[in-house]
Amino acid sequence: MKSAVIVFPGSNCDRDLAVAIEQVTGRAPAMVWHRETELPDGTSLIALPGGFSYGDYLRTGAISARSPVMDAVARAADRGVPVLGVCNGFQVLTEAGLLPGALMRNAGLNFICRDVALTVENAQSAFTSRYDAGETITIPVAHHDGNYFADDATLDRLEGEGRVAFRYAEACNGSARNIAGILNAQGNVLGMMPHPERKVEPAHGGTDGRRLFEGLLETVGA
Amino acid sequence: MKARIFVTLKNGVLDPQGKAIHHALEGLGFSGVNDVRAGKLIELDLADGTSDADIEAMCTKLLANTVIENFRIERL
Repeated sequence: MKSAVIVFPGSNCDRDLAVAIEQVTGRAPAMVWHRETELPDGTSLIALPGGFSYGDYLRTGAISARSPVMDAVARAADRGVPVLGVCNGFQVLTEAGLLPGALMRNAGLNFICRDVALTVENAQSAFTSRYDAGETITIPVAHHDGNYFADDATLDRLEGEGRVAFRYAEACNGSARNIAGILNAQGNVLGMMPHPERKVEPAHGGTDGRRLFEGLLETVGA
Repeated sequence: MKARIFVTLKNGVLDPQGKAIHHALEGLGFSGVNDVRAGKLIELDLADGTSDADIEAMCTKLLANTVIENFRIERL
């Protein structure tokens, strides 16, 4: 599996994501700078990391979403290449229009950095096939702007189409309907605020994030 | 020429920042503040002759996220 991690100015989870991907797939991802206009040939997984790209100026993810590389990411997503956006990566995907809705300041205004319980809602996507529907897993969050917002019609559509991948088991940041992660209509783009790459080996205090990468490996193939 | 862009949250979109400002005003003893909404003011210094359509496009493509925000353009 040839993967690419996109690096924006101010990304800070890019190496964590690269380590997790390499551990699970056995192959180090290409680190692709945001000024690139093409992804490496044959890229079969794209990951957008967490961090504070452009210092969260204007809106979180807003400036990164207009980076040159994002046209290549959008084209690859159109072709069905899996795209994973974690935390700031999720914010970038909504700002780029690859996922609906927006991530706003946490309802309590606090930065939240702790393990949270998530309910797996959709266990049939390329990202979640190694989980069971309804299963509770523990993955950490670390964000100031994870309060998912979309209008009711969009939320109804996401739920009706099985596009809510993960929900917070308990209210966390004010997110509409406790949404923690969503899929695009095609099912090949996942944005999630929790950090699966921070739970891949026992030293992390748990391995619930590992299965997300294992599922991708299984779907995409080595 | 200059233009000012006022970016505000749409009605119905929760504004935690506005709420915090509201609480702080109450804490200072100001009564009678019914609600607070926080927004942004962006000033653009533009080449003469920049069209309305261009300014509008700047707003919809970058300056405002129309999922959650409205914008108003004021040419100076």
